[in-house]
Amino acid sequence: MLTRRDVENIAHLARLQITEAEMEAFAGSLSRIIEFVEQLGPIDTDGIEPMPHPLEDQVQRLREDEPVESDRRALYQQNAPATEAGLYLVPKVIE
Amino acid sequence: MSLHLHTAAELARGIRGGEYSSVEVTRHFLERIARGNERLNAFITVTADRALEDARRADAQVARGEGGPLTGVPLAHKDIFCTAGILTTCGSKMLGGFVAPYDATVVARLAEAGIVMLGKTNMDEFAMGSSNETSYYGPVRNPWDEARVPGGSSGGSAAAVAARLAPLATGTDTGGSVRQPAALTGLTGLKPTYGRVSRYGMIAFASSLDQGGVLAQSAEDAALVLGAMAGFDPRDSTSVDAPVPDYAEQLGKPVKGLRIGIIREFFGEGLDAGTGQAVEAALEAYRALGAELVEVSLPALPLSVPTYYVVAPAECSSNLSRYDGVRFGYRCERPRDLLDLYTRSRGEGFGAEVKRRIMTGTYVLSAGYYDAYYLKAQKVRSLINADFKRAFQEVDVLMGPTAPTPAFPIGAKVNDPITMYLNDIYTIGANMAGLPALSAPCGLVDGLPVGLQIIGPHFAEPRVLAAAHAYQRETDWHRRVPPAWA
Repeated sequence: MLTRRDVENIAHLARLQITEAEMEAFAGSLSRIIEFVEQLGPIDTDGIEPMPHPLEDQVQRLREDEPVESDRRALYQQNAPATEAGLYLVPKVIE
Repeated sequence: MSLHLHTAAELARGIRGGEYSSVEVTRHFLERIARGNERLNAFITVTADRALEDARRADAQVARGEGGPLTGVPLAHKDIFCTAGILTTCGSKMLGGFVAPYDATVVARLAEAGIVMLGKTNMDEFAMGSSNETSYYGPVRNPWDEARVPGGSSGGSAAAVAARLAPLATGTDTGGSVRQPAALTGLTGLKPTYGRVSRYGMIAFASSLDQGGVLAQSAEDAALVLGAMAGFDPRDSTSVDAPVPDYAEQLGKPVKGLRIGIIREFFGEGLDAGTGQAVEAALEAYRALGAELVEVSLPALPLSVPTYYVVAPAECSSNLSRYDGVRFGYRCERPRDLLDLYTRSRGEGFGAEVKRRIMTGTYVLSAGYYDAYYLKAQKVRSLINADFKRAFQEVDVLMGPTAPTPAFPIGAKVNDPITMYLNDIYTIGANMAGLPALSAPCGLVDGLPVGLQIIGPHFAEPRVLAAAHAYQRETDWHRRVPPAWA
């Protein structure tokens, strides 16, 4: 069973603000989900290789290290919440 | 027959044969959307001007004697596919103002094939849901019964095609998000082999499971769309460099002698009786066509759902870390400092289910828990994969139900995530192993459609589509239209 403290800790790691109203609901539902996936624990997986990817024989492709993209900064920054002189603006980090 | 009652293949033939123009067809569907969308909430954005522009271009192509088997046919894109210059929300407040700067490969390839884009369809937020109730833009209604869900996460695409507001729609399938809504709305839904369709420009949820697919009225239509959207793409690092077969040409392959494995684990507790009977009747139809039915057991398959709810949230928590309120997406008002900017932008921009999955993923990946949850789940995933491999040494395809029940009422499962997750109990296995899988309508239970699922080995889309096509030549479930939308 996850405590309120556990949820606060997970939310902090995930950089998610959780409101007071959400806190209790998440503690309950996350606990049920963790309990649900814990049925995997007793399964015998000795000597079994983990499967990170569904196509086993495929290898990660490499390409020549040459630029293939053009400069589209202005277009991409149209979606940015705040920019100035081609830079992304965030609150002051260092006083 | 009214234009909207035609399949995509029929519409394309009509346009090529000069019976009607793409502009006429497109206007017909735009009018149906204008009249019907308010009831269903299937579309987030309707791109009427763009559609007519595409249609005029298609008509000009046809007039020059050019074009292919889909030229001039309208289609709706799930709002998870980036569309250059067009709002792309992924069903989230986080991307409420996001205008994609480029086209997804799927969008670009279908445009090259002469497809007309009608708009962007509603979906569960970031494709996380099985009922389309997690969308920031409101739930989608099932055209067969508007008090019920259309399934999810490609619920808007499913409702749009089922109500014949569009002849075709794209979808994505991470744990059943094409096949389950197809089953619940009476459509043919195909999830191709992992790596068959490019994920470039398809907003990421769980990268080892995500695959683009199609919701259509028939196996023939699905074959045509897959042929247009499949193929190698250097911009997706897991795209498979293998030739794309002519799926439509191979549709006619008879099922006589086809060895069909009936998955024993799919017919146990939890399967609705009426759904089970409809699936059994479909299997009998295959036997009558000369297929050989064999019962097979995949003992690790029931572990798919708990395995998925470790692997998918883990990958989602990593993928969704990009939404930080800095480069694109929602930003909170007046952030105090950088941490406040991150946590409030994400806390306010994501809905409850997305937050729940990010937190589940964060937990299973966190120090001290990684081996017990994530590594363990990846090993169980190997067991599931091995079960499929063993089964495909014995049989050509596997069959069973797509979803355990027909469509359920809106609101019935929103407060219980585990019950909601169990909707995907029969579909998740194919994602775990990266297999191609299709849902075809095989009956009505109290007026609600149910689906037969057909799963094939890697890259056996031609066999899966041909099996569905053979059934659709003998039956007319796929031609049934919700009475209110005929």
